[in-house]
Amino acid sequence: MSQKFYTNIFFQSILLMILLIVVGIFIPNWLVFVMTKAIAYGLVGLGIITLMRGGLVSFGQGLVFGIGGYTAGLLGTQAGLTDAILLLFISFVFTGFLGLIIAPLLARYRDIFFAMLSLAFSMVLYGILIKIDAIGGSDGFVLPESTYFGIEPLAEYADYSLYVVSIIMTGIISIALRYYYNSTPGLIALAVRENELRVEYLGSSAFNVTVLNFTIAAGLGGMGGALNGIALGHIDPEFTYWTTSGEFVFISILAGYLSVPAVFLAALLLELVRSFSGRYFPDTWQLILGVFLILSIIFLPSGIGSFFKKFFDKINKNINK
Amino acid sequence: MPNKKYVLRADGINKSFGAVVAANDININISKGEKVSLIGSNGAGKTTFMNMVTGYLKPDTGSIYLNDNDITQLSPRVITQKGISRSFQIPQIFEPMSAWENMLIALGTSQKKYSYFQNARSKENSDYIDEMLSKFSLNEFAHRQVSELPGGVRKLLDIAMALVRKPDILLLDEPTSGVGTEEKYPLMDTVAKALSGENLTVIFVEHDMDIVQNYSDRIIAFYQGAVIADGNSEKVLNNRSVQEYVTGKTQVKAK
Amino acid sequence: MVDEILTIFLDGAIYASWLFIVALGLTFVFGVLKILNIAHGGIYALGAYSTATLVPLFYLLGMPEQFVIIAMLFSALAVAIVITPIMERGILRRFYGQDEVLIVLVTYAIYLVLEDVQKLIWGMNSLYVSEPREILGALELGDLYYVGYDLALIGLAVFCGLALWLALNKTKSGKIVLAVIHNPEISGCMGVNVNRVYLSAFFIGAFLAALAGSFTAPLISVQVGISVAVVIESFAVVIIGGLGSIPGAVIGALIIGMARAACVHKLPEAEIFIMYFCMAGMLIFKPKGLFEGSQARKI
Repeated sequence: MSQKFYTNIFFQSILLMILLIVVGIFIPNWLVFVMTKAIAYGLVGLGIITLMRGGLVSFGQGLVFGIGGYTAGLLGTQAGLTDAILLLFISFVFTGFLGLIIAPLLARYRDIFFAMLSLAFSMVLYGILIKIDAIGGSDGFVLPESTYFGIEPLAEYADYSLYVVSIIMTGIISIALRYYYNSTPGLIALAVRENELRVEYLGSSAFNVTVLNFTIAAGLGGMGGALNGIALGHIDPEFTYWTTSGEFVFISILAGYLSVPAVFLAALLLELVRSFSGRYFPDTWQLILGVFLILSIIFLPSGIGSFFKKFFDKINKNINK
Repeated sequence: MPNKKYVLRADGINKSFGAVVAANDININISKGEKVSLIGSNGAGKTTFMNMVTGYLKPDTGSIYLNDNDITQLSPRVITQKGISRSFQIPQIFEPMSAWENMLIALGTSQKKYSYFQNARSKENSDYIDEMLSKFSLNEFAHRQVSELPGGVRKLLDIAMALVRKPDILLLDEPTSGVGTEEKYPLMDTVAKALSGENLTVIFVEHDMDIVQNYSDRIIAFYQGAVIADGNSEKVLNNRSVQEYVTGKTQVKAK
Repeated sequence: MVDEILTIFLDGAIYASWLFIVALGLTFVFGVLKILNIAHGGIYALGAYSTATLVPLFYLLGMPEQFVIIAMLFSALAVAIVITPIMERGILRRFYGQDEVLIVLVTYAIYLVLEDVQKLIWGMNSLYVSEPREILGALELGDLYYVGYDLALIGLAVFCGLALWLALNKTKSGKIVLAVIHNPEISGCMGVNVNRVYLSAFFIGAFLAALAGSFTAPLISVQVGISVAVVIESFAVVIIGGLGSIPGAVIGALIIGMARAACVHKLPEAEIFIMYFCMAGMLIFKPKGLFEGSQARKI
């Protein structure tokens, strides 16, 4: 059963990626942009659900979102590095590495203290960033145009190019994450969430699980921040503010940790509500999100991912017949 | 002087909580394959002793050796890795998951090497889990959520999970507590049968003297933190101090 | 030099007083209900808006100026009366006993809703209600100039803190609340109406939040977004002081207030950073805060 399952995931994901890339050709540019932002936010959300599978909710992913964004921005403006693929990759690795360093500090905490400490760290970064005028202070700075293998695309293809790159890179990461979630260490993470005491008495370390999950979340958040910055063409300290962190938590709770695609769908929902709100309902988009969140917590505690999981389980059952 | 005969050695263990003496110069040597029960009224020190063996508490003085390795200051996790597994009075299992998944977790945590990209639900793992579940007569409950299972089944699962690691010593904390009287013997029989042929060292804390007599060949009695008797059931259960402070029975026939 | 120290001290005291008034309700609600209420900042904003609406009305009706304070208190009360049944009884009550972090998420959702409720009722305009700020005149200390109203905030902070602390520790109802804090189940078994205690405690917390907003309104332009910084700054205060502790909130507010005032004058680059640095530092070295809140629950 297992090998077939893993092969199924691989091919289904490739199919989905191809579908999204093709669809991107036919949809208007503003929608491509929205979807790219959704991917960026979804990446951070994936990081949070990785932590949620281990029983922790981070209220401060703005920290890594900001680090990733500023990394990409500074490499662009200071080092002349504009290749989007390279920037995304470097942000992923660098932020992940920083995450690995601070993870042992955070991994000792649980529940509300973990949430508050992650929040505090993100706000510390915010406090630093808004006062450094050399990188724009609270206004931030503009990122240079992105290139792809040395080529700078024509203005009308810029959004689509970034979109394709982000679909491919995120797709690969998502497949790897799904494999991790279904693996033995991924299962142990779920066990830590349910009964940390027993996990210790079975010989595994909850601390190590948390460090790993936080590192992954950091890398994902950093890549998301870089992608968001490149897509916007702009980076500012708002990336690390608590309200931004709150949006990531919103996405994660709405999506739940059962399904990876659900996280991106939740992010897309957020982006669509945000985009349409400006024109049609500027005074009610937060209200809509708030209501969505409460309804989701009350009626769908496992998130919209529970629908996705049921759906994919059914498909896989039928394929394996 | 290291003494290779014993699988577990407790040397001069003392532990106090303020004015309360929970362990008073405990010296216990247990050989491989022994089935030992710890008896004593609540607060007598048997649970404290057990917690020190598993690393949850550290003795004030004295040392504990597992196969001549000093485990006194090690954490519960490391002690588990070295070969002591325990079950819990209130089953510590993973509630929203099925019995099968609980066993999978126990199996996963016991593996020294695993891949981050291979499915935990491999054929190899499945076969082993099915085997363990049938040893403990848990097959019919395999795919039901454990929070909905009856108390006796949950206890058996808790014990089965502790055994996945193939430990040197299995500690059972009141295995029949919270289980109906008519279920106690079937439960212990299932455990005994699952353990047969393994020559495992088993230490269990129990209050039910009939269970104690029938399932252990050695009894250690505690009172006020000290060991007041240590030997086979006839010797211990006819000991006057034991009768006064633990069992309350005056005449006990040998098994 | 002395001037500078005095400035920092007074600025710090005023800011600390403001922080304390804002954070008092937050820490109290956590102490009793174990809810870290993100919407606390939203209620604060509602208090400010409500004052910005009622006080001009008050002046329009030609009431004597000295009683404007009553109008402000009344506007805060009105907010608390409206919000408490909706928030506590309507929504939060269903989540009692569940994961603490989950309840925080619910309060976050409510916060989002309140932000838009604000916009729907009062629009995007900035409101000004600076008249009350003038009723206490000003104080001149050499080169330093302080508005009487601002200094009076210190008095208000002391009053609120003392009033709540005395009510909790020296009155019969207060002792009942303390009992519920320590052990809700046993209190319930002893005949205490625990749900009513929760409702009352939430009401007090909401009133204090609205009060903070009301009395801040004359100092600022009341507009969209005033809640945002309040949420995070009040969190810093209660984390440093210890969740659920009133003396903790005092010290937490003083630490942040003084630190921030010192930075503003001596090291402006660190002005924002210092608050969250203290918050992170406290979480790392003493996660329960300076004073463990009155929540010694034994399991």
